[in-house]
Amino acid sequence: MELFANVIAIAITPAMLLGAWASGHFLERRHLDALLLLESGSTDVLALTIEDLPDGWVVESCDLVIGNVVISQDYFKRFAASIKSIFGGRIGVFEPLLERARREALVRLKSEARDRGHDTVINVRIETSPLASSRRDGKGTAGVEIMAFGTAVTLRDGRP
Amino acid sequence: MLISNTQEIPGKKIVEFYGVVSGSTVRAKHIGRDIAAGFKNLVGGELRGYTELLSEARGEAMRRMSHQAEEMGANAIVNVRFATSSVAQGAAELFAYGTAVTVE
Repeated sequence: MELFANVIAIAITPAMLLGAWASGHFLERRHLDALLLLESGSTDVLALTIEDLPDGWVVESCDLVIGNVVISQDYFKRFAASIKSIFGGRIGVFEPLLERARREALVRLKSEARDRGHDTVINVRIETSPLASSRRDGKGTAGVEIMAFGTAVTLRDGRP
Repeated sequence: MLISNTQEIPGKKIVEFYGVVSGSTVRAKHIGRDIAAGFKNLVGGELRGYTELLSEARGEAMRRMSHQAEEMGANAIVNVRFATSSVAQGAAELFAYGTAVTVE
């Protein structure tokens, strides 16, 4: 009986890693597919990081718009990153996560601008902030918030 | 109240400055959301509860900022910035600040 319990205790971490890998992989695929669809549906809103409008663009109304997303890494990739960080260098598993989150935040920014009846967003800024871990030992939930914000404007004569 | 993160309200002229206005709120997530997010943290992906929590909190910070600007007699806030800081275990401060102005 004790042997059985030990086997379970030893097997539970690899099982969790495998489960996290599989579901994390599946969710990432699904999110990327959804993003492609969302991005192709939001080409009507133009997001620009410039602040001054080009000559001839006359603004009628403006609004501050925000798009945010809190995203977290799966258990398997966190484990992989912790091993990778012993040797340092590029932590490849984190790059797609952050890229995905930024794209999602931009899509949400654009859809908020559209909901308010604007078609251009100027002075777009993207901020990244880590959220505090919920447990003192640092093992609790930890997410990263990506927030995109900008000034949505409506142009009197439309975009040239 | 016109709010913008640009130097001036596009297409409008600033006629008077009132100074810095700010609004902030400190929020912590409740245990139900935290447990749900804990499971989600295993498989990765968006922590929807936290996304909503932060955007609600940011809305509150912006409302407080607008209220302050209104009391000063301003009709717009320009150059709005946001800051997020983790002040305590599981709590975050959402802070919004900008310059209160009057535009014509």
